Amino acid sequence: MSDLKQHIASAFDRDLEGIQARILKMGGLVEEAILEAAKSLETRDEELAEKVRKGDKAIDALDEELNDEAARLIALRQPAASDLRVVLSVMRMSSNLERIGDLSKNMAKRTGVLAQLAPINGSATALRRMARDVEHMLRDALDAYIKRDEALALDVIERDRDVDQMYNTLFREFLTFMLEDPRNITSCMHLHFIAKNVERMGDHVTAIAEEVVFLTTGKKPHGVRIKEDRTSSDPALSSNFETE
Amino acid sequence: MYDAPLRNANVEALNTKIAAKDVQVYYGDTHAIKDVSVNLLDNTVTAFIGPSGCGKSTFLRCLNRMNDTIDICRVEGLISLDDEDIYDKRVDPVQLRAKVGMVFQKPNPFPKSIYDNVAYGPKIHGMAKSKAELDEIVEKALRRAAIWNEVKDRLHAPGTGLSGGQQQRLCIARAIATEPEVLLMDEPCSALDPIATAQVEELIDELRTNYSVVIVTHSMQQAARVSQKTAFFHLGNLVEYGETSQIFTNPVDPRTESYITGRIG
Repeated sequence: MSDLKQHIASAFDRDLEGIQARILKMGGLVEEAILEAAKSLETRDEELAEKVRKGDKAIDALDEELNDEAARLIALRQPAASDLRVVLSVMRMSSNLERIGDLSKNMAKRTGVLAQLAPINGSATALRRMARDVEHMLRDALDAYIKRDEALALDVIERDRDVDQMYNTLFREFLTFMLEDPRNITSCMHLHFIAKNVERMGDHVTAIAEEVVFLTTGKKPHGVRIKEDRTSSDPALSSNFETE
Repeated sequence: MYDAPLRNANVEALNTKIAAKDVQVYYGDTHAIKDVSVNLLDNTVTAFIGPSGCGKSTFLRCLNRMNDTIDICRVEGLISLDDEDIYDKRVDPVQLRAKVGMVFQKPNPFPKSIYDNVAYGPKIHGMAKSKAELDEIVEKALRRAAIWNEVKDRLHAPGTGLSGGQQQRLCIARAIATEPEVLLMDEPCSALDPIATAQVEELIDELRTNYSVVIVTHSMQQAARVSQKTAFFHLGNLVEYGETSQIFTNPVDPRTESYITGRIG
């Protein structure tokens, strides 16, 4: 995983490889959770949603194990320089993955409620597309981690803008649906929370990609990332009430 | 580095105490130190790290001319203390060593009483006019070396009768009794238990307020704990010299990285 030579203490190498293998396993489970949560939403598959909800336990358990392992490694091996960065980045990646897991679980929970309500025209498909993009970003971020590929990580960070823009669009759409017919409000509120969840997942994936940059260069990526989710700050985006 | 802890901040603003420029050391035909240039700062602990035989002790010994005693050893280049060349013919090595004190790996107290061990330096350098003044100097040095409470009731017992850790602190007291400006320490804790080590490290940190301290250590953790600057030596070369926090988190040279992370390099 790293182009550095082996440690003199081979057990140290095994420990480091152990936590990195575990973070990748965790990444795999989280990718699956995102995809299945989005699929269950679109196909109104309550069984699949239930599977996602239950699957989050395994992700949480891995997060805890990783934190214990990392603490043990710090105490027993006193990692320095790039080894220390591996441990630190694994810990931070783990909490980001754990959060994505929680957001997927929340999405699956809402699927159960939404399945009882009338579908909102095309929104589930749009959400699934957005979730698929985020899953793709996560896959690339983990790939960049394995290959220590800074360029790919920076590309992932860049792509979060698109996710933010998709969220902006959905936000306005849901607002319109709600204005058109108050009976849509319950569904649209749930759908909006889901959209926000997916947008947050994108942010966590970005944080993971930033860890890859930190790992390879020792520095966080420079420059302030332009946040494209403006719904919380731009009054024009929520102004439909005044205009209509 | 912007995220360096406070105690490491502004090290650059300090004055250079010892400046070495293009230093070469030869033992007969062996080229032991190659082109080393480094500025050691005042009020700073500088750690020399590197594998065995990399030249760190040799270089340390150049700083107070301990290598003069080795016939086949030849030192070239310029080493200056406060801008004065210490290898100048007019410099008296005895006076130099009063200014640049040294503590060795193995505690080596004189076969004399605890009191005489510490009083010896101040006496030969004429630092005390009376017995009372000498007593004061001895007590102060022993206190600063964090050993006073353990030996105050037996100052006239032989220094060699103390435990290893106490002997080492006695040697540190002896070294600081002459009020040196620079203290060189060649693996001062390698024969000590963790508690005595912690006491010596605490002492080193205190000494920094008055002295420039240079420590050679094989313990990377110790270098990280006590120093503000770290120099990594490898095969007689000074590979990297910088802020300790930078060396241990993001070293520039791959050889440094390999060494501090414990890789085969």
